[in-house]
Amino acid sequence: MASSETALAAGQRARGLAPFLRSQMRNIAPFLTLIFLSAFFAFASPSFATLDNLGNILTQVSVTGIIAVGLTFVILCAEIDLSIASIANVTGIAVAYFTLQESYVNIPNIPLPGAAAILLAILLCAALGFVNALGLTVIGIPSFIMTLAMMQIAAGISALLVRGQIAYKVPGVITTLGSGSVSGIPWIVIVAAIMLLGGHLVLTYTRFGRYVYMVGGNREAAEYSGLNVKLILGVVMVISAVCSGIGGMLGVAHFGSAQQNEFDTYLLDSIAAVVVGGTSLFGGRGGIGNTIVGLFVLGVLNNGLDHVNIDSFLKILIRGLILLAALVINVYAQRLREKAVE
Amino acid sequence: MPPGQQPILELQGITKSFGGVEALRGVDFALSPGEIHGLVGENGAGKSTLMKIIAGVHTEFSGRFLIDGQETHFRSARDAHAAGIAMVHQELSVAPDLTVAENVFLGNQPTNRLGLVQWRRMAREAGEQLARFGIDVDPMQRLGDLPIGLQQLIEIARVLFSGARIVILDEPTSALSPPEVERLFATLRRLREQGTAIVFISHFIEDILRVSDIVTVFRNGRKVAETASTATSKGALIEAMIGRGGEVLEHSYNDELMLPRPSDSSVVLKVDQLSLARSLKDVSFEARAGEVLGIYGFMGCGQQELSRILFGKLKPDGGTLAVDGRARTFASTAAARRAGVALVPESRRAMLFHQEPVYKNISISILGRISALLLKPAQERDIAKRQVEQLQIRPPVVGLDLGMLSGGNQQKVALAKWLTYPPKLLVLCEPTRGMDVGAKNDVINIVRDLRAKGLAIIVLSTEPETVLSLADRILVLKRGALVREFANEPVSKDRLLEAA
Repeated sequence: MASSETALAAGQRARGLAPFLRSQMRNIAPFLTLIFLSAFFAFASPSFATLDNLGNILTQVSVTGIIAVGLTFVILCAEIDLSIASIANVTGIAVAYFTLQESYVNIPNIPLPGAAAILLAILLCAALGFVNALGLTVIGIPSFIMTLAMMQIAAGISALLVRGQIAYKVPGVITTLGSGSVSGIPWIVIVAAIMLLGGHLVLTYTRFGRYVYMVGGNREAAEYSGLNVKLILGVVMVISAVCSGIGGMLGVAHFGSAQQNEFDTYLLDSIAAVVVGGTSLFGGRGGIGNTIVGLFVLGVLNNGLDHVNIDSFLKILIRGLILLAALVINVYAQRLREKAVE
Repeated sequence: MPPGQQPILELQGITKSFGGVEALRGVDFALSPGEIHGLVGENGAGKSTLMKIIAGVHTEFSGRFLIDGQETHFRSARDAHAAGIAMVHQELSVAPDLTVAENVFLGNQPTNRLGLVQWRRMAREAGEQLARFGIDVDPMQRLGDLPIGLQQLIEIARVLFSGARIVILDEPTSALSPPEVERLFATLRRLREQGTAIVFISHFIEDILRVSDIVTVFRNGRKVAETASTATSKGALIEAMIGRGGEVLEHSYNDELMLPRPSDSSVVLKVDQLSLARSLKDVSFEARAGEVLGIYGFMGCGQQELSRILFGKLKPDGGTLAVDGRARTFASTAAARRAGVALVPESRRAMLFHQEPVYKNISISILGRISALLLKPAQERDIAKRQVEQLQIRPPVVGLDLGMLSGGNQQKVALAKWLTYPPKLLVLCEPTRGMDVGAKNDVINIVRDLRAKGLAIIVLSTEPETVLSLADRILVLKRGALVREFANEPVSKDRLLEAA
């Protein structure tokens, strides 16, 4: 994004600082929110601003972060994926299903070598993403409805695989990446960081990434430019599902169990992370950088509220209000930017 | 106006300007009960502006406005409605998801004392009204399921039977088939006998002459003629519209222009018997390398649909097209581009990315050639810079957001986008619409350069000037069918209008 950002800056600085800042509101506001929240919790609780707690926050947002990489692509295209949490869940369950469980786990499963289990799980989530892609592009079902159906389908597959039971074992590699650590740094944080970086590189430096922004910015114009819009949207839906699947496998290892409805909260958290970070719900604006800021806002908020002495029921309300504020800024920033351009 | 009868509506010395540009200058206009008043004039001559004043859409103007001899000033379209004035706009404005009956009674459904809609009564009355109009449809059917022409007839019927004393119809016949036009005319005549005053705007001068009693001609915001329709002819009206001998505008193309002998270079595009629902009927033509083919026709004549079919955005119902001798059925715009076809649609918004810098707008069509996986921003900027220099795009800053450029410069960017990756066939829709003279000339020169490079170019426009200034050969499209070809012969604006 660096080159376009400076180009943009050059263009707008010519007309004064105020319009430039206004057009950058999308990137500035989430950052200010993050600084404000961090300062507030650091002031309110001595246990918040410690290195240990920073590690906690990073670990807490890792699974959300992995899922949010793919979702960022989807939202940049002005689409939505509501099946991310269910796909994460079913992929986590699938990898356990193909792993030999302890004798007391009463699931009629199919034990396979670790590599095969992982491969099958990845294929499953990619296939579900492919079904999303077909529904969206070939049949023309709006992504909101298509992925709502997929949410149920994935939950249904999960239910059939575990039948109300809980599985515990996953392949060794997954266990290490999900719950192990190397020289004090949890592997799951490293994986999340690598995936976020990878997503950023793809969006910023590849032709495909440029197409994602163009399709999101003006779909009609993308089509009139001869881009294969359906192909791009389809690939994006598959990316989203695979990222969710990876998040699900590592999540299962992280939590130490695979069961139904384990990932339900990750749907809203992932959408919130992307949108709070400033990626436009209307598509074409934002990116992984924004998502990272959004993850931190969410992580600091969830973690910080545990460090201060607030009624735990009130916390839910506070979270909701802060998300609402972020959404208002998101929509408002879009309008300011449109004004700056026109 | 029959002597001794008071006009129902009278306008005196109406002047209206938009941002310093006068759209109407001292126009007088009167309308009597039981009169069908035809209005003709070129695009932008002021017809629609005047009608919008009458319908209460434009409320700021100078001049006197009298209804039944009483001076009036509408503050909104509602006021006009209350005074018995109704207008059918050029664009269809119906609720496709409601039933036919609901559309007929939109806004005043019959209700019982409890305020509940009386469905049976509504359906019966809607059916009766439409039957009087010669439309036989199930009133409880979803309107959107009917063909566009029928939907338009139903919208017109709604307005005609709303009890309005003054009815304004803006281009009502452009989407109608000949029998539907007949039905409309029969109804208009019946309403005239009942004393309704009707204003009828159309590009189809034959229609105006057939149905109206009086014709008024507008040119450049002025009323230039008003005559009984029995006392005039198509030729005379066209002359009045474009102002022969009067004020001569630069490049007004009133004089004859000699088209060159058709080129015998290779055929790039061959279209055979193309048809699409109600929009296109058996359209066949060829476009050759190094030739600009102009396709002229009125709004709604099927140009837009034709251009979309050529670029793979619409699928035809029948017919074939071949590019460079190979038969093609484009599954997508991407496929059309691969086959060497490029399209610049009439709306710049539909083809450019306003929030992205100029260079990204230009390079998008060539990204696949210069980068397999990774982007090469430096190369993209170089390519964009060359185009910006060549086409003299202002300001010459490739990093600027496109939205900050003027309309003319945006249009040049739209062209530049395809020039980085020259197609075999370039389809341009309204390439100079809404541009100032300078930008227009630039675009004309760019198109000529491309022709010299051997591209086949198709220019589609509803403005005769655009086609005349660019084309080597001209086809006239009328209600979805090609009706005339001008090649190797003299052509002028009035001959084009005559043919369309």
